[in-house]
Amino acid sequence: MIRTALLSLLIALAGAGALAREAPPAADDPALEARLQKLSTELRCLVCQNETLADSRADLANDLRREIRDMMKAGKSDREITEFLVARYGDFVLYRPPVKSATLPLWGGPFALLALGVVVWFVLLKRRARRVAEPALTAEEQRLASDLLDSDTARKTP
Amino acid sequence: MTRFAIPLAVFAVLVGFLFVGLRLNPREVPSPLVDKPAPAFQLTQLHAPEQRFGVADMKGKVWLLNVWASWCVSCREEHPFLMELAKQGSVPIVGLNYKDKPQDAMQWLTRFGNPYQLSVVDAEGRTGIDFGVYGVPETFLIDRDGVIRFKQIGPLTREAWQQTVLPLVKKLSA
Repeated sequence: MIRTALLSLLIALAGAGALAREAPPAADDPALEARLQKLSTELRCLVCQNETLADSRADLANDLRREIRDMMKAGKSDREITEFLVARYGDFVLYRPPVKSATLPLWGGPFALLALGVVVWFVLLKRRARRVAEPALTAEEQRLASDLLDSDTARKTP
Repeated sequence: MTRFAIPLAVFAVLVGFLFVGLRLNPREVPSPLVDKPAPAFQLTQLHAPEQRFGVADMKGKVWLLNVWASWCVSCREEHPFLMELAKQGSVPIVGLNYKDKPQDAMQWLTRFGNPYQLSVVDAEGRTGIDFGVYGVPETFLIDRDGVIRFKQIGPLTREAWQQTVLPLVKKLSA
C-alpha cells in the first residue's frame, strides 16, 4: 500500500520534472542558435524599441529571428544579414550606429564636450594662478604691515 | 555679467533640445525605402486565391499599398477614411493583408466594407519584412515607375492625406 503510494508520488514528480524542463531550441543546430542569439543582441526590435531582437517577444521579433535563422542556414554572413535588415528598417535596427556624417555628432559629441571641458578647466586654472601671484609688497608696505601686526600682538598679550 | 550669461546660454540650448526632442514621435522611424523601388512580390489575391498580384501589375499608375489585418485595432480606426478615399477614387488602393487568416480578413471586409481594389495575402509576414513594416497599419505611396514616394506609419489620417499625400499624388500624376 505504502509502496504503491510512494511509487505513484514518484511518477507524479517525474511528470512535473518533465513539464518544468526548458523548451528545446527552435533549430536543431545549437551552434547556429548561438550565432543567432549573439547577432540578435546587437539588433533592435522595432516594436518595443528598447529591447533587443534577442529579448523581444513581439510578433515581428519572432518573424525577424525566423528570417535571420533562414538566412544563416542559407550560408549568409552576419554582415549580409545586418545589411538586409538595415536596407528595410534603417540604421535604427543597429544598437551600434555606423559612423557617417549624420551620426558624427553622436560619435564625436562626447569627445568634443571633453575637449571643451579641458579648455574651460585650463582657463580657470590660469585665472586662479594670476590671482594667487599678487604683486609683492614694497619695503615701505612691508614695514607698515609688520608694525600693525606687532602692535596687535602687543596689545593682546597681557 | 558672463557669470550669469554662460549658464543661461547652456540652459537655453538645453531647453531648445528638449523642445524639439519631446515633440518627436519615437515610434516613427524614417524608412530607408522611401525613394527606392518597391520590393517585388508575387502574392495570391485574397478574394481570388488562384490569381497572383505584384508591384509590376500597377506600372504606370500612382497607387497606395495599405498594410492591414483584421486583428489590427488601428486599422479599424483608419478604415472609414480609406472607404472615403475609395469612393473619391483619386488613387487605387491595394491591400496587403498582413499575417492574417484569409477567413477573418474576408469577414472583416464584408462587415466593414472593402476599400481595396484587391488585397493580397502575406500570411507569413515576409513581404511585410521586405517593406520594413513594423506597425500595422502602414501605407506606401508608389509612383508610376514602382518607386515608393511616401510611407505613413500608423493610420492614414485625413490630415496626413491632405497635407502630404494628396499633393504628392497630384505631383506624381501630373
